Amino acid sequence: MRLAWLVLLLASYMLGPATPGLAQHPARHVDEEQVHTIATQLRCVVCQNLSVADSPSEMANQMRAVIRERLAAGQTPGEVVEYFVDKYGEWILLEPRRRGFTALVWLIPPLAVLIGLGVVTLLIVRWTRRPPAAPTPARLDPAMSERIRREMEAEP
Amino acid sequence: MRRLLRWLIPLSTLPVLVLLAYGFRSNPRDIPSPLIGRDAPSFTLTAFTGEPISLTAHRGRVVVVNFWASWCYPACYEEAPVLEQGWQQWRERGVMVIGLDIQDTDDKARKFIADFGLTFPNARDVTGKVSIDYGVFGVPETFFIDRVGRIRLRHVGAVTTDVFRTTVERLLTES
Repeated sequence: MRLAWLVLLLASYMLGPATPGLAQHPARHVDEEQVHTIATQLRCVVCQNLSVADSPSEMANQMRAVIRERLAAGQTPGEVVEYFVDKYGEWILLEPRRRGFTALVWLIPPLAVLIGLGVVTLLIVRWTRRPPAAPTPARLDPAMSERIRREMEAEP
Repeated sequence: MRRLLRWLIPLSTLPVLVLLAYGFRSNPRDIPSPLIGRDAPSFTLTAFTGEPISLTAHRGRVVVVNFWASWCYPACYEEAPVLEQGWQQWRERGVMVIGLDIQDTDDKARKFIADFGLTFPNARDVTGKVSIDYGVFGVPETFFIDRVGRIRLRHVGAVTTDVFRTTVERLLTES
C-alpha cells in the first residue's frame, strides 16, 4: 500500500501540472475510489463501449491520471467531469444527461412502456367484455329425440 | 376504435425505423468538436530537437497542429509528406506546422520523423494532456488555428493537400 502511494506520488511529479491555474493549488490527498467513480462515468475515447475505468488503453490511463491530478488540485468531481465534457462534448458521458435533447433518452422508454400497458389493458378489457353467449337451446323433449333417432335409422 | 388500432400499431414502429435508419447512416467517428471557434488550448512541450515548442509563441500566425503516432498506419504515413510539403510551401507566408506525437515511444517517433524527413517542429505529448485538452479521439487529427488563436477546423483522418491548401488559404486571407 505504501509502495502504491509512493508510485502515485512519483507519477504525479513526473506528469507535472496540467495547467498553470491548477498548479497554484496545494496537492491534496486523492481518494482512488473517487477517481474510479469519475472514470466509470466517462467513455474511453479510443474503445468501443468501455469506460475510462475499465479500459486498459494508454489513452484511458492518461485520462485517469488527469482525473487524479485535477482532484489533487482541489477540483470537485463535478468540475472534473465538466472539464472532459468541455473538451469532448456530452458524448464523453456514458450516461446521457437528464436535460435538454438527451432527456428524451430517459423519457421515451417509460413513456413507451406506459403506452404499451395502456394498449394491452384496453385490449384485455375489450376481449373480456364479450357479449353474453347465446342462450343454450332448450333440452329436447324425449318424444322429439325419439323421433330424430327413428328418422336417422330409417335413412339408408 | 378497431380501425384506429389497425393503423396505430404499424405507425408506432415508424419512429423506431427512422431512428435506426439515422443511426446506421451516420458515422460513429464523426463527432463534432465543441472546441471549434474557441481559443486553442495553449501548450509548451519540448521538441525532439530539444527546443521548446509553445503555441502562444506563434500567436498572429496560422498554426496547423497535427496529432500523430508512428503506429498509426496508413493514415499518418499518408499525411506526413502532405504536412511537410505544406510546411515548406506556406512557411514563408507565416504558416506554422506543429506535430504532436501521442501514445508512442521515443525511438519509433524519431525514426518516423527521420524516414519522412520532417523539418517542422515535432514534440512528444508524453502525458497525453495536450491531446486531452484538444479533445483528441485518435490519430491522426489535425487542428487549424487562425491568427487570433481560435480553432477553426478539426480534421479527422489523413490530411490531404486539398484540405491543407483550402483551409490555410482561407485563414490567411482573414485579417
